[in-house]
Amino acid sequence: MEKWPNNRAWFLVLPAFVIVIFSAIIPLMTVINYSVQDIFGPGQAVFVGLEWFQEMLADKRLHGALWRQFLFSGLVLLIEMPLGILIALAMPKKGWGVPVCLITIALPLLIPWNTIGTIWMIFTRPDIGLFGAGMNNLMGIPFDHTDNWLDAWITVMLMEVWHWTPLVVLLAYAGLRAIPEAYYQAARIDGASAWATFLYIQLPKMRGVLTIAFLLRFMDSFLIYAEPFVLTGGGPGNSTTFLSIYLVKIALLQFDLGPGGAFSLIYFVIVLLFSFIFYQALQRIGKGEKV
Amino acid sequence: MARIELNEVAHSYLRKPKNDLDYALKRIHNVWDDGAACALLGPSGCGKTTLLNIVSGLLTPSRGRVLYDGKVVTELPPEKRNIAQVFQFPVLYDTMSVFNNLAFPLRNRGLSEIKIKERVLEVAEILDLTPFLNKRAEGLAADAKQKISLGRGLVRSDVAAILFDEPLTVIDPQMKWYLRRKLKEIHEELKLTFIYVTHDQVEALTFADQVAVMFEGEIVQIGSPQDLFENPEHKFVGYFIGSPGMNFLECTIEGNEARVDGAGIVLDEETAAKGRKAGGKLELGIRPMYLEVHEGSGDGMVKARVKGVEDLGSYRIMALTLAGQTLKARLSEDQPVSGDEVWLAFPPQWIRLFADGRLIR
Amino acid sequence: MSLALENITKKVGRETHLYDISLEFETGSRNVLLGRTLAGKTSLLRLMAGLDRPTTGRVLVNGEDVTGKSVRKRSVAMVYQQFINYPSLTVYKNIASPLKIAGVKRGEIDRRVRGTAEMLHIEDMLDRLPTELSGGQQQRVAIARALIGEADLLLLDEPLVNLDYKLREELRVELHDIFEERKAIVVYTTTEPTEALMLGGNIFVMDEGRILQTGSTPEVYHNPATTKVAEVFSDPPINFLRGTIQEGSIRMGRNIEMPLEDYMKPLSDGDYGFGVRSNHLFLSRNDREDAEIPARVELAEINGSETFIHAYYEGFRLVVQENGVRTVRTGAEITIYVSPCCFFVYDEAGALVASPSREALQSGLT
Repeated sequence: MEKWPNNRAWFLVLPAFVIVIFSAIIPLMTVINYSVQDIFGPGQAVFVGLEWFQEMLADKRLHGALWRQFLFSGLVLLIEMPLGILIALAMPKKGWGVPVCLITIALPLLIPWNTIGTIWMIFTRPDIGLFGAGMNNLMGIPFDHTDNWLDAWITVMLMEVWHWTPLVVLLAYAGLRAIPEAYYQAARIDGASAWATFLYIQLPKMRGVLTIAFLLRFMDSFLIYAEPFVLTGGGPGNSTTFLSIYLVKIALLQFDLGPGGAFSLIYFVIVLLFSFIFYQALQRIGKGEKV
Repeated sequence: MARIELNEVAHSYLRKPKNDLDYALKRIHNVWDDGAACALLGPSGCGKTTLLNIVSGLLTPSRGRVLYDGKVVTELPPEKRNIAQVFQFPVLYDTMSVFNNLAFPLRNRGLSEIKIKERVLEVAEILDLTPFLNKRAEGLAADAKQKISLGRGLVRSDVAAILFDEPLTVIDPQMKWYLRRKLKEIHEELKLTFIYVTHDQVEALTFADQVAVMFEGEIVQIGSPQDLFENPEHKFVGYFIGSPGMNFLECTIEGNEARVDGAGIVLDEETAAKGRKAGGKLELGIRPMYLEVHEGSGDGMVKARVKGVEDLGSYRIMALTLAGQTLKARLSEDQPVSGDEVWLAFPPQWIRLFADGRLIR
Repeated sequence: MSLALENITKKVGRETHLYDISLEFETGSRNVLLGRTLAGKTSLLRLMAGLDRPTTGRVLVNGEDVTGKSVRKRSVAMVYQQFINYPSLTVYKNIASPLKIAGVKRGEIDRRVRGTAEMLHIEDMLDRLPTELSGGQQQRVAIARALIGEADLLLLDEPLVNLDYKLREELRVELHDIFEERKAIVVYTTTEPTEALMLGGNIFVMDEGRILQTGSTPEVYHNPATTKVAEVFSDPPINFLRGTIQEGSIRMGRNIEMPLEDYMKPLSDGDYGFGVRSNHLFLSRNDREDAEIPARVELAEINGSETFIHAYYEGFRLVVQENGVRTVRTGAEITIYVSPCCFFVYDEAGALVASPSREALQSGLT
């Protein structure tokens, strides 16, 4: 529908535009600026072209962090998506159970991220943590996430799953509730099993929300910083040093602004590229002409 | 195929219904014969969807029994009743092809792929869906989608009845005609029991041999379209069927005449006799089509004032006042009208008498 | 007030929705825009309201150009297909809203709200919320809101289309009476010929963005200028047969031969289209001169008071309208009778060249 053209309406967009300039465009320009210069001190910078990019791309430690990051995000999606859907399916559909379940499940989402790191650090400490001490003393299984890389990974994964599966649950639950009752009735009449009902009705109808959940979980897990930083600090060794932790080490602890800038841009492009690929793939799933 | 029997069925959505008003269905006692084409017709909120859900098994009635071929199925869920249902909007398995949609109920029942293919092709042919079999169901037009919904019922050779819940709601006006015809054709070919729920009189009367009119949780009449039009057993049927609905005049009976505030309308012997015996509030009903309007007085005619005339192209509707009550008469387009006063003739064979809203038998 | 549209066109992207439309409306007139879906009725209504701007052309109110003026500054009220009310306001406040915005005094508002509510039979529901009402009642509230401001221009866009047919029937009659008393320009769109006829007044028959014919509603009904108008303005669809006029008689297909009626006499020999409405086709003979059409029944539709029998004759689809409820079996062979004096005659281009006078129609029927 064509509306009355009114140029004053542009003023309404202005505040948003200003915020985007300050929050995204100016920082991005700064980063690009750093990434092509070698900075010695205030006012002392040399243009180095793509040197930092070449250096970062060849950095063995970055490669390690990158593969770790992919493994982490892959595991996160593999565990959280099915688990989230499963919990959503098991939740009550009406009655007083609904608000109780929703609130309980949403609780982890309301806790600040570094607090979560702290909670889990204490929870899993081998000496005083309920989980850590329980494993060591009651179960007799040696467990120390500050010493053993596998224990560190298990701890980080447990924390991540505990923290973020609720988001998948909420989205999947909303998707399930939006399916009209008639579909379930038709499936019953057609004699469909619970599995067939899930496969041919619930899953296809949840596709939209699950796509959103998938992308959000991919991006968030790929950018994860605060919780593992607080919990393990990237260790033991480099075993839980993910991309963002490594980036912070380079840019802030070593104050290598040039390589840090180049790293940031590479990081940014990877996230963008994979989000795009996943989105396209998810849009296409179940859309082919097949018999 | 089945004969469906509802035995003293009543339903309330409340846990402890106190009085009649708490019941969505008051008392349904009714039989649909095997292979019949039946319709449930009524305005929104009359309980027709509740009744349909009781027949299909999605709802267990608070009271009464449902029998399929004499077997009690009241407590059985839909999947154990061998019924199929077409809903108001198309319900499909979006990710499947048309073929797989039609095959789905058979696969769930473990038929062999050879048998499935044979059956699906057969049903697709009946529904003109053969060209679409390899297409995905999602992209098709609404009428094709509704045919697939119907097809999922037809493929099952054991299906006892097919239920329709306002199936043409989302269909374009031009396509409705085609689907109505298709349904009738399929019914005549397969002789399945079809139960069709709608608020649209054209759909109900065109589709069904037997129409049940529902009003406030009760079936007020079951009959052929002609019966409903000519012999409404309840005032509501007279009002709801036909446009405009039946005229009603409060009256008393004196001898062979119905007295309407001084004016006498002559009845035939039989009707008058029944009227004299009946108690309660008496009303005379006549269809606008059968009410005759004359410019001059004549034997047994009654004078009425003209309120207005609407030209509807192929006919005209004249609004009249008789003893303070409003009447409508349907005039053919060629009948001349003039003046503020006319004389009305009530042909005795088209006069019906109602006591407290129900036809006097 | 007067409203005039001058050479209005409306394009959206590459599509043209309205082609060069010029119309005039006077205060107190009832106007029906009749056309099928997508004919451009709603586009035209939105232009009149000032919700959209025409691509070219002018909108004049009392001779003054208001083409660029916003809808808020015009005296317009509109009712839509969907039941649009303020969901969080009571029925009373919904109806009162236009007066409140206009700054009318409280006592005056109260008086007018109650008056309008009474007119639309919703006076007992003033304290309820719109969602607690039935569809018909919700639309009554929307209509009351449109009526109360006494706007100079009252626009209704298929207001009854989403209602059950019994409600539609009742509201139609009421709306007719309400419009009659209005000192405003009423413009009402519909797809239904019966609704147009019931509202009366002037009619504008639209199709594919063009105005095909204007005039008084019964006048246009009885003289549809083109085959397209006849199609749009007939329910059930008008029946068309191809035929040839030769040596004082008409031939249609293999079986039908009829004498030429007086009103067709001026026509030269040649091929013509013959249109006849379904209420002029019969299943029994009324007159010696009636032509017989052998046909095969496809379906009998029953709407309560009438039966529409769809049948085929040599590839032509015919619909016969019979009074009362008839049972006719699909596939049955029937004979349809038609009087030669009931045909609209169209030339090859689809323009009306001869139409039966109403007297001829009447004498042909009695």
